[in-house]
Amino acid sequence: MTTDLRFRGARPGRAIVLSVAQLLMGLYALLIFYPLFNMIVSSFKTTREIFQHPFALPVHIVLSNYKVVWIDRGFGRYFANSLVVTLVAMAFVLLLGSMAAYGVGRYRYRLRTFVFMLFLSGIMLPLKAAIIPLFMLIKGLGLMNTRAAIVLIFLAMGLPSTVFILSGFMRSIPLELEHAARIDGCNDWGIYQRIVMPVTTPAIALVTIYNAVPLWNDFFFPLVFLQSNALKTLPVGLTTFFGQFSTDWSLLFTGLSIAIIPMLVLYLFMSRWFIRGLTAGAIK
Amino acid sequence: MTRVDVRKGLWITLFVLPGLAVVGVFILLPLFVSLFNSLFNWQQLIRGGFVGLDNFRKILLADPYRTRFFNALGNNLKWFIVTMLVQNSIGLLFGYLLSRKVAAGGFYKRIFFIPVLFSIVAVGFLWGLYLKPNGLVNAFLKLVGLPGWTHAWLGEEKIATFSVIVVNIWRWVGFPSLVFLAAIDSLPGECFEAAYLDGAREWTTFWKIVIPLIVPAITVITVLTIIGSLNVFEQVYTMTGLDGPPNYSTDTIGTLFYRTAFGSVDSGNPQIGIGSAIGVVIYLLTFVASIGSIVATRSREVEL
Repeated sequence: MTTDLRFRGARPGRAIVLSVAQLLMGLYALLIFYPLFNMIVSSFKTTREIFQHPFALPVHIVLSNYKVVWIDRGFGRYFANSLVVTLVAMAFVLLLGSMAAYGVGRYRYRLRTFVFMLFLSGIMLPLKAAIIPLFMLIKGLGLMNTRAAIVLIFLAMGLPSTVFILSGFMRSIPLELEHAARIDGCNDWGIYQRIVMPVTTPAIALVTIYNAVPLWNDFFFPLVFLQSNALKTLPVGLTTFFGQFSTDWSLLFTGLSIAIIPMLVLYLFMSRWFIRGLTAGAIK
Repeated sequence: MTRVDVRKGLWITLFVLPGLAVVGVFILLPLFVSLFNSLFNWQQLIRGGFVGLDNFRKILLADPYRTRFFNALGNNLKWFIVTMLVQNSIGLLFGYLLSRKVAAGGFYKRIFFIPVLFSIVAVGFLWGLYLKPNGLVNAFLKLVGLPGWTHAWLGEEKIATFSVIVVNIWRWVGFPSLVFLAAIDSLPGECFEAAYLDGAREWTTFWKIVIPLIVPAITVITVLTIIGSLNVFEQVYTMTGLDGPPNYSTDTIGTLFYRTAFGSVDSGNPQIGIGSAIGVVIYLLTFVASIGSIVATRSREVEL
């Protein structure tokens, strides 16, 4: 590669700068690993051990913490709630988002740019700042303290970027495919479903990760709209839990591990997709 | 109109309308209602008379809101400046190094992105524990013989905001790193070859060739940093608290807005009018600052 060309001219001074820079990268990697390692190790210790020997490995491995947090403290339920809300919202984001992207990307009409701009305006603007009218709207619809409220808001949050990314992708699919299908008697829905959607699959995967990770992690809207403990999602449940057990660090580290490890494991298997998906909005 | 046009119009409506309705009702409508609400006097949840820009005057010119508002805005500015200087510079450095195929580059690339995936809430609570006076950070400083450096990292007015920002940088550095890496990797190799053959030094190549060519990526990261800095909420909520303790030193527009909207700064009641006005200010700042940075960087863009 051409990049190697530039190494040949490296002088001693430059070599030092380069090693320092590499040292920085190693240091950051360590700064990522150790706190996570310590979190998991601490979840197996007693609170007294955590305070007295913060860097030591546990003397006796205490597994009961996980049972207490997962079953007695309802993390299993929080986890299931997050899963349900994210999955249902994502299913609708992909369905309505790909339909709208098709309507914006595959037809020519006068209002097309206007419709596209309406969707686009939802990308930049922080929805949090409109929480007061949103609160009254959800209350007026009788949806306070329901999963439906969160699903609807997540759906609205996911649609703009989905339409933006998918419509660009769909526009690049050659029209000839469509003409052939039309001659065979396919109507517009058939073309969307059988011709365009299968070709769009890679973009769908990116959009799924782009939206699902922030929705899974979202805190603000579940905090405002879900009061009942039976409905709380993982980030909100974690907050309640931290309020109740602020001195029992052993349990707190267990709760954090339960909140963090699943995402870590998923990432280990699909890191390339996660990186491409989450940077999809920023890289052309 | 012909029958074909009508059919086409119906299909378009069928495809676009459901999504547009959801975005319209749950994003665009609340936005406009915010603007509308900010121009009225409110008694709890009941709308009173039209007051024009009086709510904005209360935020900008009259206490107690004025002090709180400018204090919070100052902290958002700290967030922006520190994030730009520290996080995005490190991101640029890491992105450049990774593009040069340094040893273990693929490994670093994957590791750096790990914290980006975690929820802000979990990261905030985790580091909140580590930064407690009896937490891991102080224990480490004592271990390496620097007991004088220990602090109540989240409890001292002068450093609390910076502690929260540094944790956020810890979580987010991988993102600009990989965006810059992708931008540099997409540059044609001939640029570097030509520079090398001309005898350009590494430093010159970086400043005169790489930087001008990745201005679009710099713009994206700047705009995202602006939006992120104006939206700080979870980080403060989990690490110090909704009131921005100690003594409002970590308060931000986001937390001030939440307190105003759901339980007030002075009377303990929700202040719909003033809250909406703060919301509108957040929208305006986001919009103006983003457009401003796009315009400012566009003039520096270089076409290949």
